[in-house]
Amino acid sequence: MYNKGTIIPGLVIFIVFVTFPLWYNGLNAGTVPKPDLPVGEKECVAPAAEMRDTHMKLLNEWRDAVLRDNDRVIVKVGGKEYRKGLQLACMQCHTDKVKFCDSCHTYAAVSPTCWDCHLTPAEAASKKETH
Amino acid sequence: MDNTRRKFLKIAGAAALAGIGAPAIVKLTSHTAFASEEAGKAAPTHGDTAAHGETASTGVRLGMVIDMRVFADQPMLLDQAIAACNKVHNIPHFPDRKNEIKWIWKAPYANVFPEQAVLHKSEMAKTKPFAVLCNHCDNPSCVRVCPTKATFVQPENGIVGMDFHRCIGCRFCMAACPYGARSFNWQDPRPFITSYNPDFPTRMRGVVEKCNFCGERLALGLEPACVEACGGTGAMVFGDLNDPASEIRGVLDREFTIQRNPAAGTRPSVYYIV
Repeated sequence: MYNKGTIIPGLVIFIVFVTFPLWYNGLNAGTVPKPDLPVGEKECVAPAAEMRDTHMKLLNEWRDAVLRDNDRVIVKVGGKEYRKGLQLACMQCHTDKVKFCDSCHTYAAVSPTCWDCHLTPAEAASKKETH
Repeated sequence: MDNTRRKFLKIAGAAALAGIGAPAIVKLTSHTAFASEEAGKAAPTHGDTAAHGETASTGVRLGMVIDMRVFADQPMLLDQAIAACNKVHNIPHFPDRKNEIKWIWKAPYANVFPEQAVLHKSEMAKTKPFAVLCNHCDNPSCVRVCPTKATFVQPENGIVGMDFHRCIGCRFCMAACPYGARSFNWQDPRPFITSYNPDFPTRMRGVVEKCNFCGERLALGLEPACVEACGGTGAMVFGDLNDPASEIRGVLDREFTIQRNPAAGTRPSVYYIV
């Protein structure tokens, strides 16, 4: 093998550099986020595991159903009726975006664009009707 | 040497003749098929244009009649209707008119019906502001040009809908709309919204918006916000244009109505009693 003296140390440096985030944190993924669950509510539209995995797909399906297919059928959860939508259904129970949505999204470093347009209950309350 | 040049010129000439003649021959031989095809195509389109503005759509087609006589009598009514719409849909109010977001707004007669210019206009046409909104056309030019299908005709009710999620802000629809019914968010609208309706989203910078005939309210069995704000005055009548028994068809049967820019061929769903 030619240039053994530079290739092997080079490879070692490369591997160390690439795995830096892993060993720098001591092979620890950090504290797993614990989103604040709504108090007193036991049921969601789907079981918790399913919601954790596919809530984004469900939101997309709702979006297309409501806007494109004019299918605004009410969803029933635990006896209560909700209209399909992030603001109209999800955030009626999961009222705190920072403590619920953001806790995982920040941890996973995903930044969904939902709230560019959709209002969190806190934002909606910040500009209420004044009369 | 001479011989080869002569030969070359002969071949070149023959090739040029063949090249010029070939398309003509192809055209001549396929002429009959071509003609019959054209004849087949021409018949339905002729029927379409003969109706001139009349729709062939079936099923529910929501439309509106705006009775300007009522608005002329009650000057506050239109302001109320506009305010109701702005509140329900989280519409921002920008101080600079070039940023204006309009779902339903006021315009002078000359801008609403430019093709109806007459020398001696009625008092109403001269002085009163007209209510204008998206015409929810049966043949909308905005839908044709949208490259992402962010705007579309809802087959269930004929509403020209907008999916803000898909809009890329190219503004082709704004150029295509003959009625100026679309507005662009040049900047983040949120700081300019006075009060939020928690049931409706806002928009973000770089998105086009327009009237949606209150699709979200219709789903709840409510009338559009502007129609509701007009109460029982009859200034705005909303309903299914394809249902002969509907209130709106009753009004259309009774009154003479006009539409904005019928020559554009978009077949609007909004009628005016002037």
